[in-house]
Amino acid sequence: MGLETKAGDMGVVTTSLETVANWGRTNAMWPLLFGLACCAIEMMGAQGANYDLSRFGMEINRASPRQADLIIVAGRVSRKMAPVIRRLYDQMSEPKWVIAMGDCASCGGVFNNYAIVQGVDEVIPVDVYVAGCPPRPEALIDGIVQLHAKVERMKLDGTLRDRAPIHV
Amino acid sequence: MDNTTISTRLTEQFGARIQRFDSHRGGDVVAYISAADLIEVATFLRDDEMSFSFLENLCGVDYLGRTPRFEVVYHLLSMKNRVRVCLKVGLDATNPTVPTLTGMWQTANYQEREAYDMFGITFTDHPGLDRILMPEDWVGFPQRKDTPLGYEEVAFTFNQAQIDAHKPFAKE
Repeated sequence: MGLETKAGDMGVVTTSLETVANWGRTNAMWPLLFGLACCAIEMMGAQGANYDLSRFGMEINRASPRQADLIIVAGRVSRKMAPVIRRLYDQMSEPKWVIAMGDCASCGGVFNNYAIVQGVDEVIPVDVYVAGCPPRPEALIDGIVQLHAKVERMKLDGTLRDRAPIHV
Repeated sequence: MDNTTISTRLTEQFGARIQRFDSHRGGDVVAYISAADLIEVATFLRDDEMSFSFLENLCGVDYLGRTPRFEVVYHLLSMKNRVRVCLKVGLDATNPTVPTLTGMWQTANYQEREAYDMFGITFTDHPGLDRILMPEDWVGFPQRKDTPLGYEEVAFTFNQAQIDAHKPFAKE
């Protein structure tokens, strides 16, 4: 049924260390239990039974940044919250990734004023931006799949392999 | 108890110290008083048989260009008589100062801190008048009308590169 029937009785599979490492990173990417505004509700929806984020190995939200690989910035970031997010990000262990979920976290959204940081990329480096106000769970899941595709391109020294060219 | 009773009792007690009465579209009584009379009027309203025992709301207002520029608005509720009254205290622009009501209603504590944070209105004898919403190191009072909005230019295709050039992106 599983791998053993496909592999027969070979017993040994050869692959590169890079592939194994990235396979492990993408299939057990634990997000930080962290929500800021209404996007967090959609994030919870994505984790619930209907959309079931655990299909992607992301069922465990860690309440401690030291155990998390991914921070989903779900909502608007106020200037008072910005140093807290930076501290949480600094406390996460390498390698770590960031998804800016929704318009507010990506570019400030409708809150174009003194109190809101105009995009969380002013505070922490962002890997994937998910548009929407708020994005539906499908959009978040697509963002996560995009992030997984990015992680799979990562070399062992941390740099990114070139993307395969897209022929139209 | 109706609005006339409230305004009559206030006039009997304080006379001309109530600067004027107002009522928006026949709603609750609004009494304009000076900052010096605030504690006395509030104590009277609370301890009188009218029994305005609950401070529902306290907020600051900035009427830029008007004299007095600032105003602190108090909404009191009498749960016994099911009526409300509104007190408004005008404050000048240079040094907006008003006595605190924390001694009478504990809820005034946080609401006065918010009014201080947003408008820079000083509440004398307040137990801890610090910023409550904005960061501690914030300069200025954001809800004053002369505060710049601090908004960012909206990005379109033609000015995207220009905006990105001076936007402070974070490093690893």
